[in-house]
Amino acid sequence: MADAPDTRPMTLVQAVNDALDVALSQDPRVLLFGEDVGMGGVFRVSDGLQGKHGEARVFDTPLAEAGIVGYGIGLALAGMRPVAEIQFAGFLYPALDQVLSHLGRYRHRTRGRFTVPMVIRAPYGGGVHTPEQHADSPEAVLTQAPGVKVVIPSDPMRAKGLLLAAIEDPDPVFFLEAIKLYRSVKAEVPSGHYTLELGRARVARAGDAATLVTYGGMVEVCLKAAEVAAREGVELEVIDLETLAPFDAATVMASVEKTGRAVVVYEARKIGGFGAEVAARIAEETVWSLQAPVLRVAGWDAPYPPFSAIEHHYRPDARRVLEAVRKVLAA
Amino acid sequence: MTPTDGLTREHGHELLLDMLRIRRMEERCAELYQKTKIRGFLHLYIGEEAVAVGAMRALTPDDAVVATYREHGHALIRGVSAEKIMAEMYGKQEGCSRGRGGSMHLYDAPTRFYGGNAIVGGGIPLAVGMALADKMQGRERVSACFFGDGAAAEGEFHESMNLAALWHLPVLFCCENNLYGMGTGIERAQSETRLALRAASYRMSAWDVDGMDVLAVEEATRRAAEAVRSGGGPHFLEFRTYRFRAHSMFDPELYRSKEEVAAWKERDPIELFRQRLRDAELLTDDEDAGLEALASDEVERAVAFAEAGTWEPVEDLERFVLSEPAPQREVAS
Repeated sequence: MADAPDTRPMTLVQAVNDALDVALSQDPRVLLFGEDVGMGGVFRVSDGLQGKHGEARVFDTPLAEAGIVGYGIGLALAGMRPVAEIQFAGFLYPALDQVLSHLGRYRHRTRGRFTVPMVIRAPYGGGVHTPEQHADSPEAVLTQAPGVKVVIPSDPMRAKGLLLAAIEDPDPVFFLEAIKLYRSVKAEVPSGHYTLELGRARVARAGDAATLVTYGGMVEVCLKAAEVAAREGVELEVIDLETLAPFDAATVMASVEKTGRAVVVYEARKIGGFGAEVAARIAEETVWSLQAPVLRVAGWDAPYPPFSAIEHHYRPDARRVLEAVRKVLAA
Repeated sequence: MTPTDGLTREHGHELLLDMLRIRRMEERCAELYQKTKIRGFLHLYIGEEAVAVGAMRALTPDDAVVATYREHGHALIRGVSAEKIMAEMYGKQEGCSRGRGGSMHLYDAPTRFYGGNAIVGGGIPLAVGMALADKMQGRERVSACFFGDGAAAEGEFHESMNLAALWHLPVLFCCENNLYGMGTGIERAQSETRLALRAASYRMSAWDVDGMDVLAVEEATRRAAEAVRSGGGPHFLEFRTYRFRAHSMFDPELYRSKEEVAAWKERDPIELFRQRLRDAELLTDDEDAGLEALASDEVERAVAFAEAGTWEPVEDLERFVLSEPAPQREVAS
């Protein structure tokens, strides 16, 4: 980041837009497409990019999710750098054949002779009263696709750097953007080009009493819980995974070995969610450091609720995180 | 039947030889499967040889080919060596996919052969994407996509037809209609069994071709490929063909009668063409025997190559899932 010292306050939407603008400007192979992407997209993420970079590089596709992913694979195989948007992560399901059967398998199947450098962006998660599929968090499904990286940023600055890294990465990358964070925070974002390393978790807040392991839209929830706990003299460590696959176990284990207590926080359905993988890995790798069982705070084992009046019960908040923290501290 | 007028002896022999090369390789694969040299699944192309042989002749080395899990013949005629194909069938490192693809996933970069695809219809959007890349780059290339009649019931087929026609992309859709999606007859699976008619509904040129007549296939594909190459947008060819063997080696063929199979074997593309060459006095007994010998020798060389191949070390199994970081360089302090 040394060569990009200027910063501007941006929302996550603006930061993603800026990253796409930088990528389109510096690499003629980069293409941006999806449903309504040319006209700016549902969340205005691609606002102004077609006007600046032209209809040949920023364009609308028909409503055809399997096609969007599949065309992208073909474009990538033919030397382009496609960035496809799926309008909501919950609209991805018709494309799962392309994701699970094709996208990530080329490299392995040919022992590296064919690669698919493609990014698929999708807004995910709840918190803004969008019902059902419009609030889904299907990241665990994506981590089951071999050969695909899964990246979920937690703030505007990191979103831009991670997205640019994803576009430059030689592997297919899913890039999920928490809808809740799109416009809720503004933060300083460096201008121009910079990248943040994929495959690395980070310590978002240091502490010693217990570790909160989380990612994406739940990072701000955990940081809020940590603030509240700190007022009572309890210092929680918050680990932001950022990249789910490949999973940076070392950073998580180092923290849990230090604190001896772990709570995993995610907003997908609890059963089979990515937090279940994290909890299992902690049990496998550092069980002798644990002073308490690993707890999970997650969505309910039900579809995301269609009524905004009960949404906040489904989506984990600081109160539920702190309840779990109290339990692991009492053990 | 297309007339043989104007067909040269050399051209005729090439076509016959290519069909024999596929047939003999596939027959040998069936034996090797019984001997458990080839494991997993094996989908033979016997009966359909005229399609790959005729169609590939219309493509140039710059074009791209996307095929199905019944793609051994396509790979061979596209120019992937029999040795590399057979080694891949065995799962040996010397195979064209370095032993990881197997029968259903033959890949080859030098011949722009993009697989090998086990999922019905799964490869069609890829071909559309490659064609889009060519159009954007102003390259006069054709992306040829092979798929079966079963794919026409898949959503990806329709998504791809729509986009290719909408954006006028240089794709050549090669539908190999062998009348069965595994064990389900086309009349039980498709509301409109004339698949070219369906493609035409997306406003692209589409017609059906006798897939047992190698000259008809070659002529139709040449016409379609030239139109695609010169900016005519996507074209769709429905090759009416038939597979003589079971869907895969596990298939007891309970869904079709022996009489039906026998009737189609009367139209064996190899025997039909051989007879036409003889009728036109373009093939002697000695020449015929010579072509057979060439095909058999090639297969035996391929088997020997595969037998001599090596297995991937098991420790490598998790390699090439993701790109591997370049070796760390020492940083001077």
